[in-house]
Formats: sequence, C-alpha cells, structure tokens
Amino acid sequence: MTPELPASVVTNPWISTWLTFGDDGTIGLRVGKVELGQGILTALTQVAAHELDVAPEAVRASAANTVTSPDEGLTAGSLSITVSGAAVRRVCAETRELFRRAAARKAGLNIADVRLVSGVFAGTDGTRIGSYADLSGIVDLHVRVGESSLDVELAPPISKDLARIDLPDKVLGRPRFIHDLEFDGMLHARVVRPPGPGAHLEDDPPARVAAMPGVEQIVRDGDFLAVLARREGQATQAAEALAADASWSAGIELPDPGDIEGWLRTAEAETDHVRNDGAQHNDTSAVVAATYSRPYLAHASIAPSCAVAHFDDGRLEVWSHSQGVFTLGRAIAEALDLQPEAVVVQHVEGAGAYGHNAADDAAMDAALIATRVPGRHVRVLWSRADEMSWGPFGPAMVADVTASADEHGTITDWSYELWSNGHTARPGYAPRHVLLADAHRAGVPMHPPAVDPPADRGYGSQRNAEPYYDIARVDVTVHRLLTMPIRVSSLRSLGGNLNTFATESAIDELAMAVGRDPLEMRLAHLSDARAREVLSTAAAAAGWGAPLPDGHGRGVGFCRYKNRSSYCAVVADVEATDRVRVARLTIAVDVGRAVNVDGVRNQIEGGAIQATSWSMFEQVRFDRQSITSTDWESYPIARFSQVPEVDVHLLHRPDEPPLGAGEATQGPVPAAIGNALADALGVRVRALPFTHDNIVAAIDAQT
Amino acid sequence: VASFKLTVNGRDYDVDVPEGTSLLEVLRNDIGDKSPKFGCGLGQCGACIVLVAGHPTPACDTPVEYVRDEVRTLAGLGRPDAMHPLQSAFLELQAGQCGYCIAGIIMSAAALLRDIPRPTRDEVSAALEGNLCRCGTHGRFVDAVLAASGSAT
Repeated sequence: MTPELPASVVTNPWISTWLTFGDDGTIGLRVGKVELGQGILTALTQVAAHELDVAPEAVRASAANTVTSPDEGLTAGSLSITVSGAAVRRVCAETRELFRRAAARKAGLNIADVRLVSGVFAGTDGTRIGSYADLSGIVDLHVRVGESSLDVELAPPISKDLARIDLPDKVLGRPRFIHDLEFDGMLHARVVRPPGPGAHLEDDPPARVAAMPGVEQIVRDGDFLAVLARREGQATQAAEALAADASWSAGIELPDPGDIEGWLRTAEAETDHVRNDGAQHNDTSAVVAATYSRPYLAHASIAPSCAVAHFDDGRLEVWSHSQGVFTLGRAIAEALDLQPEAVVVQHVEGAGAYGHNAADDAAMDAALIATRVPGRHVRVLWSRADEMSWGPFGPAMVADVTASADEHGTITDWSYELWSNGHTARPGYAPRHVLLADAHRAGVPMHPPAVDPPADRGYGSQRNAEPYYDIARVDVTVHRLLTMPIRVSSLRSLGGNLNTFATESAIDELAMAVGRDPLEMRLAHLSDARAREVLSTAAAAAGWGAPLPDGHGRGVGFCRYKNRSSYCAVVADVEATDRVRVARLTIAVDVGRAVNVDGVRNQIEGGAIQATSWSMFEQVRFDRQSITSTDWESYPIARFSQVPEVDVHLLHRPDEPPLGAGEATQGPVPAAIGNALADALGVRVRALPFTHDNIVAAIDAQT
Repeated sequence: VASFKLTVNGRDYDVDVPEGTSLLEVLRNDIGDKSPKFGCGLGQCGACIVLVAGHPTPACDTPVEYVRDEVRTLAGLGRPDAMHPLQSAFLELQAGQCGYCIAGIIMSAAALLRDIPRPTRDEVSAALEGNLCRCGTHGRFVDAVLAASGSAT
C-alpha cells in the first residue's frame, strides 16, 4: 500500500529534508510548522516517534529555518496536525522501511523477517541487527518519499498525552524565547512610528538625539524612523526623545468610531453572492431580522513583537517568531531588493500567536535597520503601545440575518449579508507595502486592502457564513471592503467568530419566536450525527433544561469550524446580577482523532477563555487620527477573577482523520454567552463585546 | 553611569549602569538572567514580576537604584534536579501554552504560598490578578498552584 502523498511531501519530497540520524541515537526532525504556544512541535515529535517506533525523547524537533526545513507554508488555520502530521507520518514510515531493508541486507534476511522493537531492528529469533544509529551509515536518505518501491504501511495511529517539550525551559526560567537571544555586540533598536496612519515625517529629526548616551545611529528611510543604541534602556530613551522631536504631517482620517457599522455598509466593496437559493421571508409563521456586529480586535500577545537581524556581505539573517517564515523571507528580500537566497529566516518561539500579528513587521524592521549596520546584530523590540496599535487587527464586521420558520417551527429560509474587510494581509498577499516598515519607507498612506483566503483554506470573511443547518433556501452575500484605513489581517478563526455568533444568535431568536427549546431547535435541523453528538454531549454535561436561579442564564452555541473541520458545542452559564460574569463553559468537541489528547484539551480550554475575553471586554478604540487603546488599561483582557470554569468533553474518534483544534471555540463561545445573557436578562445583545455600555444600549433599544 | 550593588538569587553583583536603568534590564542584559520577561514596561501585565525582599515587584518599571533588598527570580527558584513545588506542579499539570507569562505567575504564586501555605481557589486568583495570560491557561495555572500548596516552603 502506498497511499497518495500528503501535500507537504509533494512539495518537499526528499527524506533528508525531514530527518537526520545522529550517531548518539538522536533523530533530528525538521518540519515547516512553527511553535506558537499551541504545542505543535510536541505533537509532531509524538507522531514521528510513534511511526519510527522510538522513544519520543530520541526525537529532536527543530524550529523552522527557511534554508534547512521543508517549506510547509503558514502555521495557520488549525491545519498543522492535518497537514504536517500526515507528512511526518508518511516520511517516517518510509524511512523506517528503508532502515528495515538495510537491516535485512546486512543480516542476509528477507525484509519481512526483520522486526523493529523500540528503535532496534532484529531478526525473527530476536537476534539484534542494529539501531537506527547503527544502520544510518548504510541508509541513503537522499531519496524521494514514495520512490523506494518499498511496501510502506502507516502505523496504526494512537492518541496519548506527551508532555510539552518546550515547557521545562519555560517553567525553569531558561532562555527559550526570541526575546532572550543575545549576540556579541548586539545593538538595540527602537522604531518611532508616526502619530497615526498616513502621517509623513516632515524633516530630518534634530541632532540632539544622536548625541544621547549610547546612541549609535538614527535610521531614517521615508517615514520610517528608528534609533540604534548599545543598551536597551538607552534605545528606549532615545526613541522617546526622537518621538518628541519629530514633526509629522496630518495622516489619513480614520472611520467614525461611533458608527463603524455605517462605515462598513457604505465603504467601497466588492460583493460576492456566495449562495443564492432565493430565500423568501413572507407567508411564514415567524421571521427574525436582526443585525450583529463585532469591533476590531487586537491580538494583544503578552510579549511585544521582537526580531533580530544580521546583514553581512550581502547576506541577511533574520530571527523571527513569524507564523510564516518562508513567505516572510521572500517578502523581506523583495522589499530590500535582495535575492531570495540571500535571506535566511530562522524561527524562534515568541509569546502566543493567534494569527497574523506584528511578528513579521518586527522582522522587517530589524532587517531594514541591519542593512545600515553591516556586521552587527540588531535586535528590535516593539513597545506595548505599538504592539496594540500598529500590528494588524482582526477586522470589525457587521451581519444582517433574516430567518423564517413555518408553522411547525421548521426553518425554511435564511438570508445572510455580511460586511467586512478581508481577513488576510500576510506577507505575499499583495506585491508591495505589505510589511509596516516597507509601507512607511514608501510613504504609502494605507496598506493594500486585505484579501480572503481561498476555498481550500476555508475562506476568510465568509468562513462559517453559510449555516451548517439543514435549511431549504439559503442566501449568503459577502461584501469585502476595498479600503483599509485600519489595518487588519488574520485573527484566530477569521470570519468564523462573528458569523457563528450571528448565526447562532439568530437561531436562538427564531427558536424563541416559534416557542421551541434552543437545543431541540438545533438538533431538529442537523442531519450530521457528529454535530448532534457534540450538542447533546455538552447539553447533558451542563444539565440543560434544569431550572436556574434568578439572574442566571444558560445558552448554547454550535459550530462546525469551516463547515468541514472540527465540531464544537458550548453551553454557557452566566450570572447577570450586579455585574455580568461568565461562570462556566461546558464544551463538547470532536476534532476527529486526537494525536495529543492533553494538547487538544489545552487548546480548547485556552481558546474558550480567549473567546470569553474577546466577547466580554475587548474592543480596539480609536479616534479620527489614531488608535487610542494602547495599553492593558485601555484594552483590557480577562483577568484571573474574570475567567469562567471550563469543562471540556472530548469525543473519542480514533478512526476519523484529525481536524484541528486551535480555533474550534472562537465562534460557539460568544454565541453561547450571548444566548445565555438573553436568557438571564430577557434582552438580546447583538453588538459584541458584552460590555456594560452595549448591554445598556440593548436594553434601551428594546424599551 | 553609576555603580550599584545587587543581590540576585543569593549572589552579589556590582553593576555599572546608567541611573534610571530598570531592574529588568539589569537582570536580563547585565546579569544575564533571562527568566523575567518584558511585557509592557508599564507594570500592568506581570510578566516581569520578581521578588524583592520577598514581595512581588514588577521589574520593568523599578529603577535599579531603588533596589536595596535581595532579588529572587524564576531562574533562582529551583533547579532541574531540585525544583520548587510550583515548578513541579506546573510541569505535572502541563500548565502552560506559550509560557511567556509563566515566570511572573510562578513568582506571584511563590509569594502567595509563603504567606498562605494552603490558599483557596479565590485566594490564588486574587494573588494572580496582576498577571495577564493571553492564551487562556488560567484554569491550569490555578490548579497547579493549588496542587503545589501545602508542600511549598
């Protein structure tokens, strides 16, 4: 059996790209996916060890490097286990058989008579032939996967809990993060951003900053301004002085923060009729017509973005926590007019990444500055304020839903109309001015408008815009904006967050209108048994239907991510007394086969708490000139006392392909919380987040 | 530039740094202890928390000249062969996602367990209120602190 080759293997066919065997028994595993705090290197180590039948400790997964690692594109879309897991499995299975053949030849046996037990090849009588290390000298790994003419059988998959390989360093306080990199003579750079998007630097800054202690150089290129100093504190102080001295023109006008919905509806856009069944909303027994929205959301990683770069003899080396080191390297080469081969990007772990944040921009900053000081390592660290205001955001979105049900309470017609910026503006999405420093150098007032990933990546704006429910007539229209005064790109689950919130809220409203229980209403419109099972599992675990005390509410939300990936149902319990609090989330999830069970649980728990934080507290603030939410007080996220208890029920699907876990909760959590709030308050809050202001506005609108 | 004496994790250091240099910069860049992290520089997120005279203190906005008492950081809390109970519990319960906030969280928790050896869940939450976590690992962190309680010194 030689099954169809996984996509990553087709593009990176040589086994030697993926695996190396050391004399000391260690096995080097190189993958193109990167560690974002989600535990992917641990899970892929586990896959490799299982397929090679060695102890996981023998496998050393290395961080992606654009020269030595297989190019597996972005680490995004909850696809790493599906894509890279399949590749590692296939590569390791074939490698195992190459070693088995070598062992057979060495011992003069038939291949079928060579056993592999815990990394040692032996004859059927147990006579030892050799370990991987013993045999590595006689096995040529410079062969293409699938061309060995060997019978390659994948090992039966297993699920287990392998402890995170990166956690000991982090718990013992050992250097591990990109922020911890240190090189001899390394200079510290700080970038001084304009006061707002589109502002131009009018004059060269006065000379006093160049004379400040420790300052080595001031770098100006168009509207890009930075300072290099020997000590980190000196760089920060010099940047503050530079910011105070620099004179900038007025920038572009940002949309009215008081009417983002109106702006989204009227800005220039391209319209896509995603589905057009001719839904009608007359002659029905119940109609719900409502508008749902979310604000711009910040990635708000705990560490500001960081990068190190070194330029020497025409060769540029960059250390970055980017989610896409390969595309980043090409974009930097393009921007700096270097040959692609002259740029090497090495991934180093940063703080958690939940999409396209400022990591790539910081790398471009460091690269640009490094070209001004050849031979020196340059470390760029963003300020908290820049991290909160200059990196890409998750786009603001607004959706109109009209849903109709007949006299039996069956949903017959569904119309959905969405307005949003595109959800990806990663390096490579447009020819130029993608990275912040590149745009500032050129003085372009606005980045090219974000686009949406194609169908095979699960779409962007329209992700989960089509309801997963069985409905006779569905219309879905998506308006993608062609202007981007506020910079946006990919944030965990892309459009799935708002689209699921809108869909699941409208279903609840319709259930109420026809007098059906919200859970029963959903089950009645879902023919997919796996979808039904997550809903009934979460409901049973949460005690769905039991009476609640006054001021408490319970709501349910469901989503099949991308309508083809993991299934997730959430029951939220909220308390709405003197304050609103999410007390508990009961979650059932079906991610297909779970490779690392605890890793999946950790992702679901974390995703649910982050989605709770988005839903309850988060909103990027701005005025007509600039972003004004620039720290943790103006952009609050959930604190320890504000996070719910999270109870995860993972359905056991050993025979189903893995579907990914990282984004499953981002849609159903706000939906369940909103539905629980409506249950508790008797008021439907349709604008995220569920802050005091938005709740009061919803109450006022109802009365 | 001025000379300052500093005791970190039981060792004495003489550091020559500009006045106003933050304790965090001295720890990370002059002494080479990368365990405390820079998160905001504003004392708002807790990533840089170290113990000064046993008190959780944000190192990012504490000028080094104000530090008279012993500093303890995560790197000095335990060793691989002699971990602090909090460190063992964090590994045992796999309490971490990206792990950037862990240093500050463990230091805040270490101070709590010294003062209240057997805290309640709410007391743990309250002690960690000044520490932000973006990955949503809060539940595991609290579980790990409770698991370590009673055995921490």
